[in-house]
Parts: sequence; structure tokens; C-alpha cells
Amino acid sequence: MSFSHPTTTDPESAPAIVLSEVTKLYGRFAALRGVSAEFVPARLYLVLGDNGAGKSTLLRAIAGLMRPSRGTVTVLGSSQLRSAAAQIGYMAHAPLLYDEMDGMENLRYFARLYGIRGDQRCAEVMRAVGLDPALPRRVGQYSQGMRQRLSLARAILNDPVVVLLDEPFSNVDIVSAREMVRLLGEMRDAGKAVFVVTHQPALLDGVADESIFMDAGAITERRSQVRDELHSPRVS
Amino acid sequence: MSAFLPVLRVTLAKDMRLEWRSKDAINSMLFFALLVVVIFSFSFDLTAEESRRIAGGLVWVALLFAAVVALNQTWARELRNQVLDAYRVSPAPAESLFLAKAIGNFLFVIILVALMTPLFVVFYDLRSVGPAYQLVFAAVLGTWALVVNGTFFAAMSIRTRSREVMLPLLLFPISIPALLAMVAATTAILTGDNSPYLSLVFLAVYDIVFTIVGFFLFETVLHAE
Repeated sequence: MSFSHPTTTDPESAPAIVLSEVTKLYGRFAALRGVSAEFVPARLYLVLGDNGAGKSTLLRAIAGLMRPSRGTVTVLGSSQLRSAAAQIGYMAHAPLLYDEMDGMENLRYFARLYGIRGDQRCAEVMRAVGLDPALPRRVGQYSQGMRQRLSLARAILNDPVVVLLDEPFSNVDIVSAREMVRLLGEMRDAGKAVFVVTHQPALLDGVADESIFMDAGAITERRSQVRDELHSPRVS
Repeated sequence: MSAFLPVLRVTLAKDMRLEWRSKDAINSMLFFALLVVVIFSFSFDLTAEESRRIAGGLVWVALLFAAVVALNQTWARELRNQVLDAYRVSPAPAESLFLAKAIGNFLFVIILVALMTPLFVVFYDLRSVGPAYQLVFAAVLGTWALVVNGTFFAAMSIRTRSREVMLPLLLFPISIPALLAMVAATTAILTGDNSPYLSLVFLAVYDIVFTIVGFFLFETVLHAE
């Protein structure tokens, strides 16, 4: 699996994402409370926190799916997130796939939304997540783990610079999860800013660069992690 | 703009494929429209002349209600698995989605019209006094008037809790002028009493205005929370 290298791969260079006092209110409930942070390319960020801590909301704000009540989100130098949409890959809790179509049909449709022609890229990302592009089964008949993998394939279809993954390993067997982690490591090494919201942080031991802890809609701590030399997950 | 037509084409093809496989919209519309035709035909004992006078209203009211069912179905499948978010996060133009959905819904309702027309003719003993080919214009313009607004308002109501109720509440009042023109045109053609020309022109203008409004406002609707 090959990924294009963004022009700014130096972690010391301009941040890929800048959050400035980002607040999101749902009525009186604050899903995000004045979050300010910068995230640079070529790093894999692990976003951790209890349910309702604001992790998914943070990802949705960066993806441009949710407009902050206050504050600004800047992605790749633009606060107009629509203009950065082609550079963002987003994987949600839900699979974001059509049940009535097979894997390749789904990817082919989403590829066209990004102006990607032909089936080569679709087949490539399907293989990268361990799925067979020739599998004629409709997504509605996929197992949960297969859906998750196809959902990851959809998220990275456009070779994004910013990759936002919400619970990518839920319902995925351990072998497949490790394959996915290896893929994420490769993407980070290719200069992409990768965010992974997960309740299974151990899977990313030795791969993640930084853990971001969230609580009650705020980032409470950022902790750098030691990365394995091979940038690959520990396989026992 | 370079992405507009390719995205419209693939989205329309995708919707056709999904409908062909699930038949959700067509089946529910067909069943509903069939019920209206049969129940009304058994409820009234009409002469051929009376049938011609009320058929316009009956046909379009049946189609309006049936279209609402289809409009809800076509957007509901975008909510399943939150797949609409995949479109929203992509750089694809919102307008392509709007027009693809409107054209898709138009095709579904036109198929319904084609299927229901022989049944109306049989059950209500309909013979057009005026030039019958003009019914095609009335059908095309009237159907587009229903679906273009319906697609727009269905997208608006899609994320509300009671969207099945919300869509008719939004759609019906704004469709009344078009509905009156559809009924007037159809009745004028069937009875041959007067010219349907003005009603058809009104429908054409209505279609153009609401297509433009929907086209330019759809991005706001799509990205609203």
C-alpha cells in the first residue's frame, strides 16, 4: 500500500490542525469546552477518554461535520473546512456505507466523490485492509469486523493528509486490528496526521506518538509516547 | 463545477441501483396509490363525465401522498449507517446530490404514473375529450413540481425526530399552487372544456423557480446540523 507524502512532512513545520478555543454547545450541554490545541503532520495521535468526554465531537469538528458554537478549527491552513475536505479522511462509529451494495461498489461510488477514476485505488485500499475486492457479498451481509475494515478503506480512499478514525478497532479481531495498526503506522510515516479514538489503546503501543486525554469536553493532558523503532505494533 | 456532472451521474446511478435492489420507494408508492384508486372507485358510482371532472384531483392527490412516501424512503437510506456524513465530509458538490435525488425521485414517480394510468383509465372509465398527448406535459411538469420541492424539504426534515410528519407539513402548503395548476391542467385536458395552456405555463415557471431555489439553498441544508 503506497501513500503520497504531503509537502509538509516535517513535524516541526506548520501544524496540520489548529483548534482555537473551540466550544460546542448542545443546548446547555457543552460537548467541547474551549479546546485549543495544535497537531502537526506525521504523527499518530491517540485520543482517549471516557464515554461523553468529547472525543467523537472533536473529530467531527475537525472533519467539518459540526460547526463549533465558538472558536475556530483550521485544517491545513484553512478555516473553511470545505476547501480542505479532499485532504480529510473520516471514519465514524457507524460504517458510512450502503448495505445494499458490495464493498467495491461502495468504494467506487465514494471514490468518484473525490474525483478518483478507475478501480485501481479502490482495489488497493480494500486489499490494504485485508478484504478481497472480488468479494460479491453486499455490505449488509458483512460481519461487523469486515464493515469496520471496509469503513477504514473508505476513509483512506482519497489518500488524505488528515486521517480521523473513531473507534476503528471495535468488533475487529485481534489479527485484523494489528494489520490496521500497521497500516496506520505506515500512513503516519508517510507524513499524515492520524487521529485514533479508541478504548483499546494497548493496540497502538509502540505506534502512537502522543496520547490526548479528554474529559468533560476538554483536553486535560497530552502525553508523548515512545515509539518502537520499527513503528509497528508489538506482536506477541 | 467540474465535479458537478460526474458526481450527479454516479449519485443518480447509485440511487437507481439501490432502488432496483431494495424496491423500497416503488413498492410503497405503488401500494399506496393502488389503494387510493381502488378505494375511491368503489366509494363513488361515477358517470364518465363526472369521472373526467374529478380524476385530475384524484390522480394528483394520490401522487402527492405517494410521492411523500418515496421521498422519505430515498433520504432514509442516506441516514442508515449515517452514510450521508460520508458525502458531507467529501468535497463533492451539494448541488449534485440535490439534483441526483430530485431526478431519481422524478423517475420513481413517473414510473408510478406510467403504471397507474391504465388502472385509472379502467377503474374510472376515463376518456380524454381534449388532446390526450397534453397529459404527458401535465404529468412531467406536475411530477417535477412535486419532487423538486419534496426532495428539498425531505432533506430539511431528514434529521428531525418526526420526519414523516414534518415533510408533509413543510411540503403540502408550498405545493398547493402547483397542485391547483396540475389539477386544473389535467381536468381541462380530460374534459376539453378549456385550454390547459395557462396552467401548464404556471407549472413550468413554478418548476424553474423552485429548482433554482432548491439548487442554491441545498448546500446550507446539507451541512446544517
